[in-house]
Amino acid sequence: MSTLEIRDLHVAVEDKEILRGVNLTVSSGETHALMGPNGSGKSTLAYAIAGHPKYTITSGTVTLDGEDVLSLTVDERARAGLFLAMQYPVEVPGVSVSNFLRSAVTAVRGEAPKLRAFTKELKAGMDALSIDGAFAQRNLNEGFSGGEKKRHEILQLELLKPKIAILDETDSGLDVDALRVVSEGVNRFGASGDTGVLLITHYTRILRYVKPDFVHVFSAGRIVEEGGPELADKLEAEGYEHYTKANA
Amino acid sequence: MGLDTKPLSTLRGKSSYKLEDFPVPTGREEMWRFTPLSRLRGLHDGTATLSGNVVVHVEAAPEVSVETVGRDDARVGKAYTPTDRVSVQAFTSFEKATVITVPKEAVTSKATVINLRGEGNGAAYGHIVIVVEPLAEAVIVLDHQGSAVYADNVEFVVGDGATLKVVSLQDWARDAVHVSQHHAHLGRDATFKSFVVTMGGDLVRLSPSVSYTGRGGDADLSGLYFVDAGQHIEHRLLVDHTVPDCRSNVDYRGALQGDEAHAVWIGDVIIRVEATGTDTYELNRNLILTDGARADSVPNLEILTGEVAGAGHASASGRMDDEHIFYLQARGIPYDEARRLVIRGYFAQLIEKIEVEEIRDRVLAAVEAELAR
Ligand SMILES: Nc1ncnc2c1ncn2[C@@H]1O[C@H](COP(=O)(O)OP(=O)(O)OP(=O)(O)O)[C@@H](O)[C@H]1O
Ligand SMILES: [Mg+2]
Repeated sequence: MSTLEIRDLHVAVEDKEILRGVNLTVSSGETHALMGPNGSGKSTLAYAIAGHPKYTITSGTVTLDGEDVLSLTVDERARAGLFLAMQYPVEVPGVSVSNFLRSAVTAVRGEAPKLRAFTKELKAGMDALSIDGAFAQRNLNEGFSGGEKKRHEILQLELLKPKIAILDETDSGLDVDALRVVSEGVNRFGASGDTGVLLITHYTRILRYVKPDFVHVFSAGRIVEEGGPELADKLEAEGYEHYTKANA
Repeated sequence: MGLDTKPLSTLRGKSSYKLEDFPVPTGREEMWRFTPLSRLRGLHDGTATLSGNVVVHVEAAPEVSVETVGRDDARVGKAYTPTDRVSVQAFTSFEKATVITVPKEAVTSKATVINLRGEGNGAAYGHIVIVVEPLAEAVIVLDHQGSAVYADNVEFVVGDGATLKVVSLQDWARDAVHVSQHHAHLGRDATFKSFVVTMGGDLVRLSPSVSYTGRGGDADLSGLYFVDAGQHIEHRLLVDHTVPDCRSNVDYRGALQGDEAHAVWIGDVIIRVEATGTDTYELNRNLILTDGARADSVPNLEILTGEVAGAGHASASGRMDDEHIFYLQARGIPYDEARRLVIRGYFAQLIEKIEVEEIRDRVLAAVEAELAR
């Protein structure tokens, strides 16, 4: 049982306050959807939790099972069990997917996997996400299509098995088939019951495949409304306008 | 063999076999302005004391002949005329030259390795001639190690339809000074691939140049360097397209770390009026890993004809991308390892081009050793 607890989090980018007091708790066995308009600060929240150096925490706390996340380095946070599937995964020239994944798995598990077993595990993971085996030899994210990048984020999720995963718009840019494949990956990850998911999205489309237990509406740097899955349907029907106006 | 001025281009100066044709550089000359002359130990002004020794030992492929010849050998200086003061100093000062000949149509069964071992800090001069006769194919490795104050000229004569692959490793001890001219003279349909790796030394200034004598000449010049604190590593390339339908490709990449680490890269490419159909591209990249390191990168592409197949250049010097490091760290990989992965990745594309496996492994090992510092 794990819990990610975000309390009154304020975050600035280049002296501009973006997050203005976020409160959110994600525990294992739960799927949370965080929805909000462009520029409301969803990615900022995700990056701040992951420890991206551009984002400055001005106040508030983030803990994972009571441990202070904000005092950890980026890699320590990942090894502690946090995972961020990025909205825009970066291309890293000259670093092959297989080399990268082996390094990441070794770091997170604390020991190098046996080569044979790892090759098998990787192949199974790629097959499940309909990723061509040739991608293992390609440079990380280099020349990948938007959809291919997202599948690779989910492949990493499944290999690294974090306690809490934050998926930042993993659904955007996916066609219907890819969306299904990626959603199945997220559901496999969630199926164990001892992992929690925070799904950041604009659209309710993915929520047909990945069922949220809680829906949070994000606007202008904070959560402005919370509810169950029915809230997503309301957003679908009414859009965000009503929230953005209220905040203006 | 007097003063020979090439009026067509501003990029290329004079060439001559006579020391007196080149005044002692002051450091204000375009070709010397990046080089710290005070660290040349007198190689440039005639004050270097000729007390050093660089031992040349060749492990040759069975198909090639190796000769040690005197200054008067007709093959010496045939393909190349010195174009700067240190080069002419070396040319007028060496005692014995090494001549390696790959006979016509021979395809060598293994690499020929020329070991050059510096045995001290007095000055030494050298000269090497490598002749690959028509349709022959060879791999040559120049492996520089030890301590030395060394100036030399290396001539590569690549015959019609021949292929020469050269790897030059400047793996000197930290105190070495090396100023070197590598000139490749390509016949019709000749292929020349050079891979330069400079890691060691206090000051290394290596000037690879290429000239063409027939259509279809193809030169591929790659370089990899790692500059540590206090080192001055300079590569000056000159590709002179005087003949139609030839190709050149230059790709030099370096990493710099530490105080006063200084890399200089000059890439001069001239496409003369008569060199129609030329296809050329040159690239230099510098990865600056710490404060206090400096890279000067100057590509010069001079096109004097209206009809080229392709001509381009690019130069980029910059820091490691924080987003790369963040991405790797966000997957649990510790900072130091993330940094190593990114630097290895930066060089990977280049190292993959080395076709000889032992050499590729050696270069990889050298990069790893630098990364471990
Ligand atoms: N690195 C940055 N530099 C400058 N401004 C930033 C940076 N990151 C975020 N911002 C600003 O912070 C605000 C919130 O951006 P963020 O990316 O968190 O929004 P988002 O909700 O994820 O939007 P989207 O739905 O478009 O992904 C925006 O105004 C954005 O311009
Ligand atoms: Mg976003």
